[in-house]
Amino acid sequence: MTLFDKIWNAHVVCPAEGNLEVLYIDRHFIHEVTSPQAFDGLRQRGISLFRPAQTVATADHNVPTRHQDQPITEPLSRFQVDKLTQNCNAFGVELYGLGHPYQGIVHVIGPELGITQPGMTIVCGDSHTSTHGAFGTIAFGIGTSQVEQVMASQCLLQARPKRMRINVEGNLQPGVTAKDIILYIIAKLGAAGGTGYFVEYAGSAIRALSMEGRMTVCNMSIEMGARGGLIAPDETTFEYLRGRTFAPQGENFEEAVAQWSTLYSDEDAVFDAEHHYRAEDIAPMITYGTNPGMGMRVGDAVPLAPAAGDSLASFEKALQYMGFQPGEKLSGKPIQYVFIGSCTNARIDDLREVAAYVKGRKVAPGVNAMIVPGSQQVAAAAIAEGLDKILTEAGFDFREPGCSACLGMNEDKVPAGAYCVSTSNRNFEGRQGPGARTILASPLTAAAAALYGHITDHRQSAN
Amino acid sequence: MEKFTTIRSTAVPMPMEDIDTDQIIPARFLKATTREGFGENLFRDWRFAPDGTPHADFVLNNPVYGGQILVAGKNFGCGSSREHAAWAIQDAGFRVVVSSFYADIFRGNALNNGLLPVQVSPQFLFNMFSAIEADPKAVFTVDLEKQTIRIDALNLEETFNIDPFRKTCLINGYDDIDYLLSLKSKIENFESSRLEPAIQTL
Ligand code: SF4
Repeated sequence: MTLFDKIWNAHVVCPAEGNLEVLYIDRHFIHEVTSPQAFDGLRQRGISLFRPAQTVATADHNVPTRHQDQPITEPLSRFQVDKLTQNCNAFGVELYGLGHPYQGIVHVIGPELGITQPGMTIVCGDSHTSTHGAFGTIAFGIGTSQVEQVMASQCLLQARPKRMRINVEGNLQPGVTAKDIILYIIAKLGAAGGTGYFVEYAGSAIRALSMEGRMTVCNMSIEMGARGGLIAPDETTFEYLRGRTFAPQGENFEEAVAQWSTLYSDEDAVFDAEHHYRAEDIAPMITYGTNPGMGMRVGDAVPLAPAAGDSLASFEKALQYMGFQPGEKLSGKPIQYVFIGSCTNARIDDLREVAAYVKGRKVAPGVNAMIVPGSQQVAAAAIAEGLDKILTEAGFDFREPGCSACLGMNEDKVPAGAYCVSTSNRNFEGRQGPGARTILASPLTAAAAALYGHITDHRQSAN
Repeated sequence: MEKFTTIRSTAVPMPMEDIDTDQIIPARFLKATTREGFGENLFRDWRFAPDGTPHADFVLNNPVYGGQILVAGKNFGCGSSREHAAWAIQDAGFRVVVSSFYADIFRGNALNNGLLPVQVSPQFLFNMFSAIEADPKAVFTVDLEKQTIRIDALNLEETFNIDPFRKTCLINGYDDIDYLLSLKSKIENFESSRLEPAIQTL
């Protein structure tokens, strides 16, 4: 049996109509943008939240990343964030809102607080819920109607997706990171290559990743259309969870580990699709287009023809939007913005890596480089370690936690026509602001772009 | 949820592929806390210049096209899970979306709101675009009961798949919550019978 099926089967309450099953949800994360209409739905039906103690809320998508100690100035954002507070109070949901030491991007705080644990089913009204799959969970994004369903019943009606396994074997070259692995996989499979599937990532290169790296990989599963991605838990997972705030403690932890250790795909497990890649083939990656599948090695030229899954029309439209020519080399291309943040790459490891790389150096003149920690805990750790000083001295704008320029709902936007090398997960048209041109990359590639003012391979630029 | 019956209508063509939900409704319009009013900002940045002037060449600004059916290229609705995308399409007057391939979350969101995502073959999609190109007033008939979509002028018909439960829900205007609420005791039994230790609450 596959790992996915083991977890899924343990959560089926009963079969429903047709091929649908009633799937029990262990943890429900909510945030200010996709929950208000769901709370209103409960009100209209006159029902309460079924299992408030399995629900956790935070404010992240629409919060400012400066002066979080003061009231939000933008009226619509303030209204939305206040609404979350009122709803959580009214329905008895634990809220880690602005000002709370646990506040942060929902997919950063779940794991760091130990709320996310192997074998669970986890949902959130946000497509990057797949991040939690790094712990060996079935975690996926849902729409607001489904948020309401989970609030009302702690269950969802779901058809079992197909299973895919992606194996990455071997050793990564120095300077190649988890983000490069996932951008490489998506470039191979295309932006819709995983639609209908739940993906298990396996192989020695995946096993060798830290939990932070595994989260980066699972985070972007949705960018190839997959419902989610997961990785079998192992010692790395258990060590990460040991002692975390909401993880089982003491004897209970040892018991939990014994149980979590049964969570893997059996040797004879059958997958509906399987792909194999070699870690040695992966180099630092960037995107050149307007979907995350349009990726290539930093040193490569923009392809002359559409790659996996893109039509000529979308390829041409994308290049026109980005202002790139087919066959053009992007290395050396000037950029104006750098964004290091988001649920893909704003954990403490990412900040450490960037700080170590930029220490004693300076952001190039004319580059606006923003670094936004994923949570209050990440920010606090960064400050305790002095990373904020290193980054600020190098010329980075060190902000307060939130989704920020990943989706540009608050004032952190990239202006029309400007290029932004971003560690986030989506390079869609206008994602970082109307007309903004996003180039997805790893934190190291983004940091190198900040220091040099252009796209460059951070490995060559290091000396 | 509004009940779904047969729809006979002209259609609006959007032959682009990979139309993501950030295009359908950009994030900066997600600050509303109700479900209404998103139609105004449907495809906002394709429809309007930053100063608010309409892009004359964008299909939704072209009075020649209209109707309750939106026809789009493959992988429609990819990206963000925002249900606001389905609300915006519906709020703008559409009851049906036609494409040759949908992103999973969008499909579910549409169905949960009485917006019917019809998945057709690439050939049929091509025929629909051609029919609209030949005559923007070409009429299409979507019959949910029979699970068929027809290009009336060409008398070309294709059947489409839909989960029987979803179909019943759409036809009767029910949603999943009504169903799940009826299972409450089963859900409680499941919770108390779990083999794993009951999950620690927060
Ligand atoms: S950081 Fe970006 S991708 Fe992640 S939850 Fe926030 S908006 Fe979504």
